[in-house]
Amino acid sequence: MKTSLPWKKTTIEDTVAKESQGISRSKEIWMRLMRDKSSMISLGFIVILILVAIFANFLIDEKLVTEQNVAERIQGPSIKHWFGTDLYGRDIFARVIYGSRVSLSIGILTVIISTTIGGLLGSIAAYYGGVTDSIIMRITDVFLAIPEQLLAMTVVAAMGATPLSVIAALSVAVIPNRTRLVRSAVLGIVDTQYVEAARAIGMKNFGIIFNEIIPNSLGPIIVVSTQGIASIMLTASSLSYLGVGIQPPTPEWGAIIFEAREFLRIAPYMLLLPGFVIVLTALAFNLVGDGLRDALDPRLKD
Amino acid sequence: MIRYVARRLLLLIPILFGVAFLIFFIMELSPGDPATKILGIEAPPEAKEQLREQLGLNDPFFVRFFNYTKNIAFHLDFGVSWRTKNPVFQDILPRIPVSLTLASLGILFATLFGIPLGVISAVKQNTIGDNALRVVATVLVAVPTFLLAMLLILIFSSKLGWLPASGAATLESYILPVITCGGPYGCAILRITRSTMLEEIRQDYVRTARAKGVPDNVVTFKHALQNALLPVVTTIGQNFGAILGGSVVAESVFSLPGIGSLVILGIRSKDTPTVIASVLLISIFFAIIMLIVDLLYAFIDPRIKAKYAKANA
Repeated sequence: MKTSLPWKKTTIEDTVAKESQGISRSKEIWMRLMRDKSSMISLGFIVILILVAIFANFLIDEKLVTEQNVAERIQGPSIKHWFGTDLYGRDIFARVIYGSRVSLSIGILTVIISTTIGGLLGSIAAYYGGVTDSIIMRITDVFLAIPEQLLAMTVVAAMGATPLSVIAALSVAVIPNRTRLVRSAVLGIVDTQYVEAARAIGMKNFGIIFNEIIPNSLGPIIVVSTQGIASIMLTASSLSYLGVGIQPPTPEWGAIIFEAREFLRIAPYMLLLPGFVIVLTALAFNLVGDGLRDALDPRLKD
Repeated sequence: MIRYVARRLLLLIPILFGVAFLIFFIMELSPGDPATKILGIEAPPEAKEQLREQLGLNDPFFVRFFNYTKNIAFHLDFGVSWRTKNPVFQDILPRIPVSLTLASLGILFATLFGIPLGVISAVKQNTIGDNALRVVATVLVAVPTFLLAMLLILIFSSKLGWLPASGAATLESYILPVITCGGPYGCAILRITRSTMLEEIRQDYVRTARAKGVPDNVVTFKHALQNALLPVVTTIGQNFGAILGGSVVAESVFSLPGIGSLVILGIRSKDTPTVIASVLLISIFFAIIMLIVDLLYAFIDPRIKAKYAKANA
């Protein structure tokens, strides 16, 4: 139907433009991700895991996590105790379920904190350049000169081994890495025409950073962050396993395996089953990350 | 080239100074009084005060840091361990070869396993072998190092009894630790080798080489692999920190007396001088490896070598 106003005439071109705008970029990426089976299965697993972690107290009695029952200690997996029981007769399945609260929050919170701070520092460094860039990057270089895991260990050693200090320590260890990543992503955007255009219409620096630069550099950052959750969870569990992270009896996944290490030979289920959960979770986050990378940039897919 | 190396080595000094400051500062935040840690809670306050004075703990932070770096720079003196009461350097020295052996064998294993398998995976794309390798590589990256170590102990030491589960007495006892810290690292190398090789074998020059009758193996290994190596070397360098982190775990699980297990010992016993010194040493080692990786670029990519030559002219 034609409208009477000549300047509002809709042409086929307009309709096409509108429709292709209707499928926004994020929707397009989502549709591409949907087609990747392993990503969708992994995503389903992660969603279920997060729901289980949130509603753990409705599924399993919290008492089971700490309740010691000497009569039932070191029992293999059974219908009553899916993952068996540990040295103190505690139900390992209950500990793993409640442990998902600790492990997942460490992974997710650390990624949020480190990506926010690292992203801010990286975009400021890349956008302003010059002295600001030099100062931020030289400090980052110092942090990057210490292997990540070692830096995290040192910070935990200094701050004490509580879940909060583990999150802080891992964030400190990961921030420099994110700063560098975001800086290089932003450097590719600073010189583009749309940033120049934003500057030309008088947008303020912070407006340009938040409205133009950050949204356009998000792709690689989202991929690294997703896989970062996996690697951070693995590092956190390594710290607990080495006895310098979260301490038993807190049911963090690494700490559960730390307690079971003496029983490797006589009761391997004690560490294999919780270990299996760690591997599945890390694998799921990695696969979603891989899927996202392909969905964001299909050219990379081989 | 030599001038470039010298410049890079000079640039290392401020970085390492920064690392020392950072670690010193972090450990400064740890609660508790060192004198009490050394002498025990029961010790008389006068003795503690005397020890504090003797160790210079009553000085301001910056004075102590200045003295600390001065002692390292001029006397290789890293302070005295609060745990063993020995000079820290003496504690660390015999552990250096253990860690060096583990890390270098780890890289060697990862490279020897990652690059050839990555090439095969790319050349035989989408075959059963390729898919199997990809699944193994993807899963292995998700296995925490300590769990991998324990699985290896369970299989090769407890069940089969082939290899020792701890100690550093023979070269045999390095096999499991090397697989532990080299395995995940090798998977990262495998994945990047595969994807860069896939890009290269589709290039025109590869088709040209094939068309003029160069044998397949030569095309793959001489033409394509040489051009695919640069991103692979970058990955080897970038992930080196992971192998050092992994070696800390491997040393602890397999009770290898290296620097990594010393860090853990130091942290557990709150032995600040040992922690600072070992982290510093590992960082120096890390920095040197990164420098070597940068120099390797020049050998692999003539364009970069030409840049060095120009910079020197």
